[in-house]
Amino acid sequence: MARYLLWRVLQAIPVLIGTTFLIYFMVFAMPGDPILALFGDKTPNPALLARLRAEYHLDEPFIVQYWYYFTGIFQGDFGTSFTGEPTTEILARTFPVTIRLAVLAMLFQSIAGILVGLVSGLRKGKLFDASALAVSLVLISLPIFVVAFVAQYVFGIQLGWARTTVGAGAPWADLVLPALVLASVSFAQIVRLTRASVIETQGLDFVRTAYGKGLSRSRVIPVHILRNSLIPVVTYLGTDFGVLLVGATVTEGIFNVPGVGRTLYQAILRGEGPTVVSFVTVMVLIYLVVNLVIDLLYAVLDPRIRYVK
Amino acid sequence: MNATQMNRMSNATGPLLEIRDLHVGFQTQDGLVPAVRGVNFTINHGETVAIVGESGSGKSTTAHAIINLLPGSGRVTQGEVLFEGRDLTKLKRSEIEDVRGKLIGLVPQDPMSNLNPVWSIGFQVEEAIRANGIASGRKEVKEHAIRVLKEAGLDDAETRLKQFPHQFSGGMRQRVLIGIGLSSTPKLLIADEPTSALDVTVQKRILDHLATLTRDSGTAMLFITHDLGLAADRAEKLIVMYKGRIVESGPSRQILQDPQHPYTQRLVAAAPSLASRRIQISGGHLDSIEHEVPKGSEDIDLIAAGEARTHSVATTAEPAIVVDKLTKVFKIRGGKAGSREITAVDNVSFSIPRGTTMALVGESGSGKSTVARMLLKLETVTSGSIRIGGTDIAKLNRRELFSLRGKMQPVFQDPYGSLDPLRSIAATIAEPLVTHDVGTAAERKARVRELLEQVSLPETLMGRYPNELSGGQRQRVAIARALALKPEIVILDEAVSALDVLVQAQILNLLAELQSELGLTYLFITHDLAVVRVIADTVAVMSKGRIVESATTDEVFGNPRQAYTRELLNAIPGADLTLGA
Repeated sequence: MARYLLWRVLQAIPVLIGTTFLIYFMVFAMPGDPILALFGDKTPNPALLARLRAEYHLDEPFIVQYWYYFTGIFQGDFGTSFTGEPTTEILARTFPVTIRLAVLAMLFQSIAGILVGLVSGLRKGKLFDASALAVSLVLISLPIFVVAFVAQYVFGIQLGWARTTVGAGAPWADLVLPALVLASVSFAQIVRLTRASVIETQGLDFVRTAYGKGLSRSRVIPVHILRNSLIPVVTYLGTDFGVLLVGATVTEGIFNVPGVGRTLYQAILRGEGPTVVSFVTVMVLIYLVVNLVIDLLYAVLDPRIRYVK
Repeated sequence: MNATQMNRMSNATGPLLEIRDLHVGFQTQDGLVPAVRGVNFTINHGETVAIVGESGSGKSTTAHAIINLLPGSGRVTQGEVLFEGRDLTKLKRSEIEDVRGKLIGLVPQDPMSNLNPVWSIGFQVEEAIRANGIASGRKEVKEHAIRVLKEAGLDDAETRLKQFPHQFSGGMRQRVLIGIGLSSTPKLLIADEPTSALDVTVQKRILDHLATLTRDSGTAMLFITHDLGLAADRAEKLIVMYKGRIVESGPSRQILQDPQHPYTQRLVAAAPSLASRRIQISGGHLDSIEHEVPKGSEDIDLIAAGEARTHSVATTAEPAIVVDKLTKVFKIRGGKAGSREITAVDNVSFSIPRGTTMALVGESGSGKSTVARMLLKLETVTSGSIRIGGTDIAKLNRRELFSLRGKMQPVFQDPYGSLDPLRSIAATIAEPLVTHDVGTAAERKARVRELLEQVSLPETLMGRYPNELSGGQRQRVAIARALALKPEIVILDEAVSALDVLVQAQILNLLAELQSELGLTYLFITHDLAVVRVIADTVAVMSKGRIVESATTDEVFGNPRQAYTRELLNAIPGADLTLGA
């Protein structure tokens, strides 16, 4: 087990170097001079231009810029944004907000999705199942911004149950509506996944044997049907957490959430290499950690899987 | 006179289970498809009754209908299931839940799929004990679970409670299932093919044990099997089912000795266990024993086939396959100990004369299939040599190996898995011809027709797909495909093990005919000694990677030298039956 963990951490190193390098290269290759762009229509003083370029190492070749950045990471220096604010501070300000949003969405989609999927699978072909399938199909088909606008209009404006934009500090209560919107697509996927898994498990021999042993329905369903059906769902949830972080960009824009998505989008537009790379690096790290946790959880859910390496 | 009648007399209170005019149907898109049509039988207290029939005969459906566990859309459409006078088909869900496990235990068919893989063995035994109110409190339940498992023959039950099903062998899992089925000492135990997935020696041990347990506790048993010999061995009363109906029932011995219904007669003639037993008692002189080969069963009479074979052994022919000191070592990557070596095949030598059949017999894990894979060059050889028709196959280059594969073809066990579901029958049979670039398209088509005729399949099947065929038909297709390139050698790896007895008998006869017609050499790999008696000229018995005994079939059956071979022979069901002698 310890060896497996160590192996996974070692595996993460090339992934991290690869992604940061790639992102840095892509930002570097973007057309236009980021410093010139900062001045807008004004013609900057050439001396000032040269000084700024030197400060951000923009006058050096790409590989040297990357080297400055990469070595800086290990000294806790993630670079500075063009506004002069250290990237670390932007990260500390925005990441908690987005993570809070993603965790809320994760809770909604897993709890509601699994419950609805379970009932649907058990009542296959009945009214509940048919309606759940129809609703999930609608949610999967609609682009997320449509869901967002509709939710904003109905719950925020018509019913007045929630605020249409998220206030300063992004309190939990304000995040509920955006989280529901963010969760909607995955919720629908989880409903379908759980339903299919439950239907399959229900027909397996050991379920019949469990009834044959004299177990009641109220025991067989959670212990033998749901428990086994969760294995594929958990895998999905793992990969989905990363999607939630990235997918938050649209939702954050609509609900004005001061999170990662909005900040990253602006940084990309401005061509701020260090900021973009730092954000992506942290996202990759979170993604790796979440996937490791999911893989370990997988072994808990299915005892046939044991990690040896 | 017999046990059934004695039981009936001693139980004035009436039978334990009485099934009256039971009809079961499955709802499909084409309406209700009947699976059981008007079944009547009774089981008395402490009695063992066996239902025999091939797959699809409705035997398992009948058993599941008793405890209301019909799969999917199945339901009882008519009739009564009276258990101690109560009609089980009319009970509410909570009421039938009380009957299951506590009064009627179930030992299901396949030990591999009937335990939940994500829960420990202890958990699954304990939940049954708790659900039936046999014990309460953590400690008592655990103690009871250990006792139950020990009774079922798991000696180290304490240490194994925390283990998971995948850490158990098939035989051990079956013992766990038997333990669960008997955990609350039910009045009736439904055992649905409890050993069909196991090796014969394990089967014998487990069934002996099951018999002792049910006798000691006075539990009645409904034993479901496709093996007539096994059923007769284990039950006082036999019920033969065919297409959802009971075609014959009565005391076991009487049915075996004097089958009335044509279907039963065919079953008796086709059961390899009985046939091999008969040949054995007769000592090769069938005329001296009184046995009836019923009318209409000539085409599948295994006794005649086996008898014919005992006179046709031609050991003087030059060898087609010579295997010398063959060894295979697998490296297994283990946990902390690093890698570990397992000798799957250990110094195995044999030779098969051209035009004859050698049976390689052994239990699962004995290395017999590894030998086959090495012969086919699907597995590398660690040491030793294989010579096919005089050439050492290790030295072949790619082109020579390619032409060797044309001369040596395999037929595998699972006719469902070995045919590509997306290829038509004609395309499947023609595939080796295409691969080896034999003939034009028209010639290939003609060859496919010829092959279908050889394996007795109608030409109309050419455009069909594997899922539209029965198991026996599929295995015929697999044989036709193997014969397409006119091979000299066919390697049959458990080629008839997955088939019903009647189909099995037909395929065995087909193989024998093809051999005499085409002069084929067979390597017949099987775990079933009963089948060996009717197909093989020579037998090699494998155990733990070594050949422990190797001789002609007559010698092995008549005068087994090794204790292991004797154990295998004794485990053939029906060995204790006297048939017409």
